[in-house]
Amino acid sequence: MLELRSVSRSFNGTKVLKEVSFDVAPGRITGFVGANGSGKTTTMRIILGVLAAHGGTVRWRGQPITHPVRQRFGYMPEERGLYPKMKVAEQIVYLARLHGLSSGEAKRNTATLLDRLGLSARAEDPVEKLSLGNQQRVQICAALVHDPELLILDEPFSGLDPIAVENVLGVLREYAARGVPVLFSSHQLDLVERLCDDLVIISAGTIAASGSRQTLRTQHATPRFELVVETDAGWVRDQPGVTVVELDGARVVFDVASDAAAQPVLREAVSRGAVYSFGKVVPSLAEIFREVV
Amino acid sequence: MSRLAEGELLSSPAPGASPTAADGGARQSGFWAATRLVAHREIMTQIRGKSFWIGFGLLVLALLAGAILPRVFGGDDAPVVAVVGPEAAQAVRDTDLQPRPVDSLDEATALVRSGDVEAAVVSDPGSVTGVRVVAFNEVPLEVTAALVQTPPVDLLEPGAVSDGAVYAATFVFALVFFMFSLSGIGIAQSVVIEKQTRIVEILAATVPVRALLTGKIAAYSLLTFGQVGVLALVVPIALRIGEQEALLALIAPGLGWFAPFFILGYVLLAAMWATAGSLVSRMEDLGSSSSVVTMLVMLPYFGVTFFHDNDLLLTILSYFPFSAGLAMPVRMYAGDPQPWEPFASLGLLAATLVVCVLVASRIYTGALLQTGARVRLVRAWAGAETP
Repeated sequence: MLELRSVSRSFNGTKVLKEVSFDVAPGRITGFVGANGSGKTTTMRIILGVLAAHGGTVRWRGQPITHPVRQRFGYMPEERGLYPKMKVAEQIVYLARLHGLSSGEAKRNTATLLDRLGLSARAEDPVEKLSLGNQQRVQICAALVHDPELLILDEPFSGLDPIAVENVLGVLREYAARGVPVLFSSHQLDLVERLCDDLVIISAGTIAASGSRQTLRTQHATPRFELVVETDAGWVRDQPGVTVVELDGARVVFDVASDAAAQPVLREAVSRGAVYSFGKVVPSLAEIFREVV
Repeated sequence: MSRLAEGELLSSPAPGASPTAADGGARQSGFWAATRLVAHREIMTQIRGKSFWIGFGLLVLALLAGAILPRVFGGDDAPVVAVVGPEAAQAVRDTDLQPRPVDSLDEATALVRSGDVEAAVVSDPGSVTGVRVVAFNEVPLEVTAALVQTPPVDLLEPGAVSDGAVYAATFVFALVFFMFSLSGIGIAQSVVIEKQTRIVEILAATVPVRALLTGKIAAYSLLTFGQVGVLALVVPIALRIGEQEALLALIAPGLGWFAPFFILGYVLLAAMWATAGSLVSRMEDLGSSSSVVTMLVMLPYFGVTFFHDNDLLLTILSYFPFSAGLAMPVRMYAGDPQPWEPFASLGLLAATLVVCVLVASRIYTGALLQTGARVRLVRAWAGAETP
């Protein structure tokens, strides 16, 4: 478990992180979302020790993070970087060894990962000869090659083609399944929604919401319902205490004061004829995001 | 087919198989392990590059040429002169000139005109020296110089080494020192590449930043000392081929002192090159941030080359840490300093080195993760970071 407690950080007197607290739990993929400049990258850099926190604590398994511990983290920075003239495999092996792996382990893990990400054929090419998408995959290899105990990925999907996205998604799920906590940031909310178990939403340096995806959806679910009937649903407008959000022939979406207040609408619908569908509308991540930030 | 064999792929465990596979192995962590890896990579990158070998090859060629060519072109064949008459024969006998006795002035003149001889030396009772020189269209200085009689000279305090020899030795050392010090810009470039490609963030998140700095300095220092070692083997051989054993005998005793000065001096400059690199994020900006270091390399070189006979200036240069490595050995060739002086200068150099490496390490750490515009020294010193 990675725990951030009241982490703060300023640049030139401007506070960019204010009392940031959240957890990244083992075996769970935590999505970290927020607008540009909201503090995602700064937070990740503090976890990795690339930046110092000006206040608060970051703990891993209950202990402050020291250098040997941090060496076992996997990190993919937002600003990608590799040695352009170094060969793919050699580069990954080098990074693995910097993470403390023996030469044999480093080579084995590199071969496995390159194979996994479909890069085996390019192992002996210099990185600069690869397409941008493939360079991105090499970057992911660099973050994973030492079998990290914690994964911190800053925008891991940006620049990936759809096949590579699926590829990487699979790898991340695999790591989470092995009990590795995974924290990744993304502005592709649909991807975050599909992939993550937990969510942390940051806005202007403050955590606006955090928790499991399901909890957040329920928490931010307003009493909004969708009803589909056989004929025109226009009559719903005249129901007491109902605000129609959307009306499209036989389909209507409406807000009520509480969940209970929707039941009379359902009863009325049944009395008027066939009802094909009735249910509570759960907000999408994009909607929650818009609401909290 | 990739270097990673098929069998290796198949036999290695899938990532999912053993979450802590790496833990079982010997995880070497720590500063020195990281330093060694960084140094190893730098050395491999350098010795695989063409420019390293081209630069080194040119330097070896230049030194070989310097040692051998004088013999090839200068030639030790003394000029041939036609000799007419017993007085002329007597005058030529005591010189290096090769006499070719002829019977008459006419015959000698014909040989001079045909170019078969450099000049003719002819007996002439009317001349003070008893001989006259006949040449074609210009005064044959080599011949006249050979015929000049110099009186014997007694030196009351003979110098250990002649001025010309000191100059030659100075020039050789200055060239080696200069070439290698300037090649230290490779360290700065290596730092900038890491900043420019942004890989520095992964590196900084993985190993201590000071291990990066130490590894780079170690790598370039080892490469340079290795090259100097090769030169130390090649140059004596070249001098022997060039039949300049005298110069070799002159240079050899000074090498003992040149080595420690060179080693400390090089590491000092290496730390400064690395710092210069850490202040900028683009190769194009390197010139501006490294101009001070370039100056610290150039000034001692030109200072010592041009003023090696100015005692006061050379004494000052032999204590100034950036030129001590060059000026002190040169002074020692001339047999000029007191026995304690090289130790004092070396001590001063070592102290400067320690201070500079500490300062460089702090600036490097503070500036390394700052990208964009050139980092101001004050900010780097304060370790200020940008998001």
